[in-house]
Amino acid sequence: MSGNARPNRLFRNLSSKIASIPMALTALVIFIGCSAWTVVYSFTGSRLLPKTRWVGVDQYDRLWGTDRWIVSIENLAIYGGCMLVFSLTLGFVMAALLDQRIRFENTFRTVFLYPYALSFVVTGLTWQWMLNPTFGLQKVVRDFGFVDFTFAPLTNSDFAIYGVLLAGLWQGTGLVMVIMLAGLRGIDEDIWKASRVDGIPKWKTYIMIVLPLMRGALITAVVLVATSIIKVFDLIVAQTQGGPGLATEVPAKYVMDMMFRNQNLGQGFAASTMMLLFVMIILIPWAVYEYREKRRG
Amino acid sequence: MADLAFKDACGPRPKKAFTLPNFIIYTTLTLLAIYYLAPLYVMIVTSLKTMPEVRLGNVFSLPQEVTIEPWIKAWATACTGLNCDGLSRGFWNSVQILVPSVVLSIAVASVNGYALAFWRFKGANLLFTILLFGAFIPYQVMLYPIVMILRDIGLYGDVWGLVIVHSIFGMPILTLLFRNYFSSLPEELFKAARVDGAGFWRILIRVLLPMSAPIVVVAIILQVTGIWNDFLFGVVYTRPESYPMTVQLNNIVNSTFGEKEYNVNMAATILTGLVPLVVYFVSGKLFVRGIAAGAVKG
Repeated sequence: MSGNARPNRLFRNLSSKIASIPMALTALVIFIGCSAWTVVYSFTGSRLLPKTRWVGVDQYDRLWGTDRWIVSIENLAIYGGCMLVFSLTLGFVMAALLDQRIRFENTFRTVFLYPYALSFVVTGLTWQWMLNPTFGLQKVVRDFGFVDFTFAPLTNSDFAIYGVLLAGLWQGTGLVMVIMLAGLRGIDEDIWKASRVDGIPKWKTYIMIVLPLMRGALITAVVLVATSIIKVFDLIVAQTQGGPGLATEVPAKYVMDMMFRNQNLGQGFAASTMMLLFVMIILIPWAVYEYREKRRG
Repeated sequence: MADLAFKDACGPRPKKAFTLPNFIIYTTLTLLAIYYLAPLYVMIVTSLKTMPEVRLGNVFSLPQEVTIEPWIKAWATACTGLNCDGLSRGFWNSVQILVPSVVLSIAVASVNGYALAFWRFKGANLLFTILLFGAFIPYQVMLYPIVMILRDIGLYGDVWGLVIVHSIFGMPILTLLFRNYFSSLPEELFKAARVDGAGFWRILIRVLLPMSAPIVVVAIILQVTGIWNDFLFGVVYTRPESYPMTVQLNNIVNSTFGEKEYNVNMAATILTGLVPLVVYFVSGKLFVRGIAAGAVKG
């Protein structure tokens, strides 16, 4: 900022700009460009190849008139609703239990988190086998003498999605636990002392005082779980292939099948645009919240 | 002596090891641990049984005679419907995808993080914000245009195409990781190097990278497990002969040809999960740090 003749502003910090080209390309071309491209082409009648034959909102009309899509959305709602409620409650309870100065804390934590290191394909295939109607958990209980016991969700189209849920919870709750545990550890010791002095029962302290204080961890967990729910795909492909019938179809699989199997690109684009919309519905309130928090300091 | 005994009794009561709350806590944790460990146990015992024995018992029953035949078959001769050389092909494909992807993604992201921490230019923070938001866009939205771009530059179906894709989608979290790490370093370090006349690349390579080992390890853990576990990009961006291990595994287990060999399937499943599991158990706390880094503001 001295009086010296300044070189062209474009060349200031030139190395840094050159080094950031991959980042700029990723942000602008891939994240913004490719997403925008898909949204634009969702208004075309593209089939095998992308074409600019504009058809207005026809693809969306057809999408919301397709049974398979509606079922996919319903499945996502069931899976997602249960996943959020159970993984957050279970994750919080697990974190709270681990936070009681117990012995073997590391062992328990390691056990609860290891499935998170595994892929959805491995998770799906493992639980496909665990829930196998002939040899799986049903047989285990029957071998104990309860011969009428039925537990074979994957072959029953009313319950198949809960079979997937069991696998999803197994894989993903550890992550929630870790985030919650970090949140719990960040809470001031004095709050516990104060609540003990006031004679507030421990469970009440957790729900009324501690939980609101770890809002940050809570929101992070919700956002991470929610976005992973919308992306769920490999788990389904491995565990049930969407079946029996349409019982475990999900939006991400609908998109993939339309784009790469049924040669119906336009439908795939429209469906993926809807997925983008779902994510935005979760993300925008969160972004606004974070922004406000930051401004408040 | 009597005095001493009296004194002892006056001291603070020894803490009771067995109390009702403790009992509830440990019981709950143990039950949960069983839910988490059961699938691993089931995978292992199933993979060590012969097929007649699998059909005889249930998933929990222990093998009468242990066999490693399923493991050999899963590795070397299991069929996917396209070929019959087992998972070994998928394993080596995954290695070929993994190594360059990890190196490239970390190289790019460390430079990004460095530029964002020390050499912020106008618009850099905007790029970074877009990058972080990009981490949440469902991949399905970007899959097809990326196919077109890769086709245009002649890398569609090529392992290198997939390497680029992994580097792109690993970029948000890794950049965040490196930016936060570099920002936490004392700024005097950077200033001193500047005074000594070192430029952009020299400071990064000579001064900062040598002290970045901890964060590089976290990044490697994150990327090795993430890329090894990928299924979606593998299916979309490679040809069948270079499918990664996860895709190969799914094709072996869910292929509709012939009788289902559950023992081979489970051996194959463990084999595929082995790399991330080893990374997880070896890295311990660092793995948690990796996810925490992603979770804090990801």
